[in-house]
Amino acid sequence: MIAAFAVVVFAVAAVITYLARFGTIGVIIAAIFAISSSLFSYFKSDSIALAMSRAKPASEQDFRRLHNVVEGLCIGAGIPKPRLFVIDDEAPNAFATGRDPKHAAVAVTTGLLEKMNRVELEGVLAHELSHIKNYDILVMTLAVTMVGMIALMSDLFLRWSFWGGMGRDRNDSNDNNPIGIFLAIFGFLLVIFAPIIARLMQLAISRQREYLADASGVMITRYPPGLISALEKLKADTTVVHSASKATAHLWIEGPLDGDPRKQRKFDNLFATHPPLDDRIARLREL
Amino acid sequence: MVPVIIILVVILVFVLIFVMQYNGLVKLRNRVDNAWSQIDVQLKRRHDLIPNLIETVKGYAKHEAETLENVVKARNAAVSANGVQAQGAAEGALSGALGKLFALSESYPDLKANTNFLEFQEELTATEDKVSYSRQFYNDSVLGYNNKIGTIPSNIIAGMFNFTAREFFETETPEDREVPKVQF
Repeated sequence: MIAAFAVVVFAVAAVITYLARFGTIGVIIAAIFAISSSLFSYFKSDSIALAMSRAKPASEQDFRRLHNVVEGLCIGAGIPKPRLFVIDDEAPNAFATGRDPKHAAVAVTTGLLEKMNRVELEGVLAHELSHIKNYDILVMTLAVTMVGMIALMSDLFLRWSFWGGMGRDRNDSNDNNPIGIFLAIFGFLLVIFAPIIARLMQLAISRQREYLADASGVMITRYPPGLISALEKLKADTTVVHSASKATAHLWIEGPLDGDPRKQRKFDNLFATHPPLDDRIARLREL
Repeated sequence: MVPVIIILVVILVFVLIFVMQYNGLVKLRNRVDNAWSQIDVQLKRRHDLIPNLIETVKGYAKHEAETLENVVKARNAAVSANGVQAQGAAEGALSGALGKLFALSESYPDLKANTNFLEFQEELTATEDKVSYSRQFYNDSVLGYNNKIGTIPSNIIAGMFNFTAREFFETETPEDREVPKVQF
């Protein structure tokens, strides 16, 4: 999948180079930069995310129940047991990270362990394990890289139509080339809107993966009420995770930056990493 | 020349399909075997926990000899059970006996406060969960495998190489299926 994506990036770079007929080296450098940064985030995403949220390894003695619940769920899901981490935070929340089931890690806050009973904890952890099983980290890494590439391409396009247009003016004295003007305006609009649209698409993907993880989590536990009552508790709780940041927001079970869930308006949904809890609960009730 | 190439390509495609189907069948069968050994591991752990639990409870609830005896009997029956169906039935009976034991602990506050007992309770609950999850995974694997060997085109290859359907693991005993009688 990564290889296929790299091919796409190179093809795009080649097309741009052909169109622009200049700045070949710049495009190659940009492409190499985009690929290496996406590979880096792909391989290092777990340790970065864990370090950013100040997660500590959960020992088997102190967190017996957590280990037991995860072991059971992993047997049910048919995946190896991920490394377990605990974050010292009052707000109940959890996230999963790691590029594939063999390199996965799950982190939970101490608030989650205190406030959830066994069945609810199972629902939450099944949701996190589903993120791992569905390769959501890979999907989101690709989405982020795509967004970066689209921003880069729109930028290149604008430069080309601007400088290329100017160059032709001087050399060919072809002043009122309507195609050139059209391209310049189109590129200008693209450079403004493409990154926003790409970001919105990325967020839409993130929300879809949340619904999917809810559904496949329930598929493991075979008990929707567990996750439903856990989500109800998350809704009622208004404490905020301190160590969450924009970069890791899409990993948590409840969007840590999406604001007070009870005050959400329709428009906010477009910019949220997670769907509203009410919608998620409603979908689970339908199962 | 052209017809020869076409025939060769067709043969090649058939061979590829055959290899893929066969490999798919072997993978599914291995998954079923693996899932079964997972159940075995968890059941063994459960059987090993019970004697220690009995020892702990004995000290507090001497008058409940019959309940304890039932648990021991059910455990021994489960240990010696053979085959998917017999094992399933024996484990179901053991779950029932253990459930009675834990219900009984409600009337012994000292026992409920014993840290050893609480640890056993957590361990047994966890093991019970793992047993049911491994059973679920086993049954899912069996379903996938049985579907594969029963459907076209893989059923042809399954017939040629003697891939046979597997049994589901069911812990329900005939008594479990009956509606519980409640008397007032």
